[in-house]
Amino acid sequence: MFHYNVLAVGYLCVAHLGVMGRKLDPTNKVKRGPGKKSKKQQGAETELSKFISEAEETGPKRLSSRSRKRAAKRVQNVKTPQNNAEKKPKKGFTDENSKWLKPAKKSLKVGEAESEDDSDEHWEEDDEEEDVEEQPKKKGGKDLEKKVAKKSEMKQVEEEEEDEDEEEEDDEGDEEDDDDDEEMVDDYGTLDDGSGEEAAEDEESDGEELLPIERAAKKDKKLKKSMGLESDDDDDDDEEDDDDDDDQEEEKSDGDMDEEDTVQANIDEMDIFRLPGAEESEKEGVLAVDLKTIYQRIKDNVDVLCNFSTKREVGKDRKEYITLLKKDLSTYYSYNNFLIEKLIDLFPLSELVDFLEANEIQRPVTIRTNTLKTRRRDLAQALINRGVNLDPLGKWSKVGLVIYDSSVPVGATPEYLAGQYMLQGASSFLPVMALSPQEGELVLDMSSAPGGKTTYIAQLMRNTGIIVANDANAERLKSVVGNIHRLGVTNTVICNYDGRQFPKVMGGFDRVLLDAPCSGTGVIAKDPAVKTSKDEADIMRSAHLQKELILSAIDSVNAESPTGGYLVYCTCSIMVEENEWVVDYALKKRNVKLVPTGLDFGKEGFTRFKERRFHPSLRLSRRFYPHSHNMDGFFVAKLKKFSNVIPTASSGKEEDTSEAPEVIAVTEPPQTKPSKGDKTNKTVPSQAGDSKEKAQANGTAGKKKVNLESKRKNASPAGPKKAKVAKLDRDTMKGPEAKKPTEKTTDDPTAKKANKQGGKKKQAINVKPGSEKKNRMGKNKFKKLKKMLEKLDKTV
Amino acid sequence: MRPLTDEETKTMFEKLSKYIGENIKLLVDRPDGTYCFRLHNDRVYYMSEKILKLATNISRDKLVSVGTCFGKFTKTNKFRLHITALDFLAPYAKFKVWVKPGTEQSFLYGNHVLKSGLGRITENTEQYQGVVVYSMADVPLGFGVAAKTTQECRRVDPMSIVVFHQADVGEFIRNEDTLT
Repeated sequence: MFHYNVLAVGYLCVAHLGVMGRKLDPTNKVKRGPGKKSKKQQGAETELSKFISEAEETGPKRLSSRSRKRAAKRVQNVKTPQNNAEKKPKKGFTDENSKWLKPAKKSLKVGEAESEDDSDEHWEEDDEEEDVEEQPKKKGGKDLEKKVAKKSEMKQVEEEEEDEDEEEEDDEGDEEDDDDDEEMVDDYGTLDDGSGEEAAEDEESDGEELLPIERAAKKDKKLKKSMGLESDDDDDDDEEDDDDDDDQEEEKSDGDMDEEDTVQANIDEMDIFRLPGAEESEKEGVLAVDLKTIYQRIKDNVDVLCNFSTKREVGKDRKEYITLLKKDLSTYYSYNNFLIEKLIDLFPLSELVDFLEANEIQRPVTIRTNTLKTRRRDLAQALINRGVNLDPLGKWSKVGLVIYDSSVPVGATPEYLAGQYMLQGASSFLPVMALSPQEGELVLDMSSAPGGKTTYIAQLMRNTGIIVANDANAERLKSVVGNIHRLGVTNTVICNYDGRQFPKVMGGFDRVLLDAPCSGTGVIAKDPAVKTSKDEADIMRSAHLQKELILSAIDSVNAESPTGGYLVYCTCSIMVEENEWVVDYALKKRNVKLVPTGLDFGKEGFTRFKERRFHPSLRLSRRFYPHSHNMDGFFVAKLKKFSNVIPTASSGKEEDTSEAPEVIAVTEPPQTKPSKGDKTNKTVPSQAGDSKEKAQANGTAGKKKVNLESKRKNASPAGPKKAKVAKLDRDTMKGPEAKKPTEKTTDDPTAKKANKQGGKKKQAINVKPGSEKKNRMGKNKFKKLKKMLEKLDKTV
Repeated sequence: MRPLTDEETKTMFEKLSKYIGENIKLLVDRPDGTYCFRLHNDRVYYMSEKILKLATNISRDKLVSVGTCFGKFTKTNKFRLHITALDFLAPYAKFKVWVKPGTEQSFLYGNHVLKSGLGRITENTEQYQGVVVYSMADVPLGFGVAAKTTQECRRVDPMSIVVFHQADVGEFIRNEDTLT
């Protein structure tokens, strides 16, 4: 019985305390919405006084002003270097995608905040999102306040040190008894009240009360401030960041400046970032380097380089800064020198750090709804029921969903297995959207593995028409087969050719998607090995392959197609060599022109890059970057083929005129090699095409020749089949063929020239004064080659 | 790639009819064009005439897959349906089995359906009748063979098997290599 009573009393007590902990005051309405919790809940404080005697034990331990200060000091010591790190890259993204495209870490938070209340809200209302967006802003604001507070505290730090003895005693007191503390707070509170205005002014420093001596120091400082021209605040900040630099500086500046100027000059110089001397960098090589200092140095360095004329150190030129920056970047982000140099060329310095930083975090997981099997709304509902936290992907896609977090593996849900969605990076949507395949068309996906884009094409075509999905790698084709069947795509032929052979296998496609193999510099976040494994030769090798592929892709397109005649070229690389340069090459080699991609965001492609000048229409191509669009680095260009004729003779001419300066400009040894190989490679198929056309024009007599040719090239063993292909080709190509005279070799160059000038006047600029001579040489070469081939034929 | 021989056609159609019955003729006579079965690498592919014509351009060793793969002939000339055929079995299936959400996972890992996981079953299902397995949300998950008739299913204890597993969509991940 007794026990029971005690229990009951205890229970009551608890209940009572429970109420006390935070009592709701019905008259005082609690604020709702984002913000600091303590700001909203005021009921408890007002009620607290009534229960104060009981509440003491339970209430959170209040610290005395000094212990708080000490704590702050401790925190500060740890925090100051990090503070900079926190500030850095969390910028929004530039375009409208900023709403959904947040760096992965952040977006996680967003997801949590939204929780899984009601799925429909994700769709109709953006209010929630906005709310969430507000939060970080507020946080930023708070940070600012804190910073201000910290600064003022910093000033106090020095003074505080003087009365450390006193504090020591207090410290012990604190630990012994909390009650004392509270009284002490009150004491100081009353004291402060007396001091009036100044106290009010000092409130910005966290509303903390000051010791008399501190106040005195403050006064002193204020006096100084009014006398001095600028505050010493900056001074304090910088001292921590680069101590050694400062030492150097002072030595110098003391020497140079007059006595009176020193104060001001010093301050000015503090902002200036100084290059470390030779001996320092040597030391760095030996000792383990501190990444934080390197990061700070990178920031300072970039800052100087951005405002070079004002912030530079006298006597140092840009080159020195850049070399240091390169070195620092490659150590901090662990890239090899080659890639860093390439990236520095590619981005303005302010963007460069953002880009490198974005490569350190993963892109958000995105999925694409398979509209052949379900609708996005249904899919989202089903996934939400499985505990997946998701959101629609931007305004630009009607089928994409972003996955923030999930309690089940997204790649193995029954919905996934049933083919209702496909795991696919946001950037992979873009080339297919640019391609915009129409129903009933014949589409070629030249490098299709693992089938994400292929299935997207199929769903845009609603399973009509025919898709030829090709990939050079038989192993990777298995995933294409799996995905195509899983997603219920039935209009696909999957084959395993090298893309370069393709126009010989079949041609006459309405649209071709070429997702060329590349160095993968846009997907460093996915595969960090790229950072160190790539060098100039790799880039050039893939650029060479890409050039071959793009030509064969263009040759596979049927320009006469009533609905299409388009080629989309894309890579997951951001190198100019693999993108603009390749497209520019194709523009010169074939009768194609760039057309708008139909993507309303992304950055324009380069028309000029270092010593290279590209066709002005290349600005119609689009580049996507991880830091500005929060998707993998990507390049998309859409080309329209306006004639099936392959400009053979003129291509020889242009090769000479346009390729030559490039070879000279790029003095890399591997560069010359591929371009040479290119030439020889090119001439053979182009000639073959030429003779084929002739054969078609001549009728049956020429057909034998086609067979012979195909045999000689031993591209495909089946001769008769080849002839069939040729026949098919003739059907499609009849239009342009009919207009053409038979003696092509003589007539062609002029005709082509006229064509060129009509189509693209700007190309004419490329033709240099000496082109006439070169032209003749080109023809000679062409004839010589032809003779050689004929000889070969005879021997065969 | 070649058309099926009469024998092969017979074996395959017999197998198919276990699941979709006389609906097979809906597969062959389609209003949206002629469709046909072709044999390639022992596998049977179902495709439209248009695609077939185009696929002739591709040499045999380079051709990986055309249209939809229905299944393959074993070395003993039996026909085995693959999970890839599910897209064509599910809409025409005569007998269906629905599994409870808890059992979905188990079935997708290749296990038989037990009485405890059985959600619904078509009336009058015979023993050893081919059935298509659905989740309760009507998502086709695979197919199998009924181990018991509908009547028996009512009576048996919860741990006894009611549907023998034959293929499930989990195979898209588990057996990706052998799909073709």
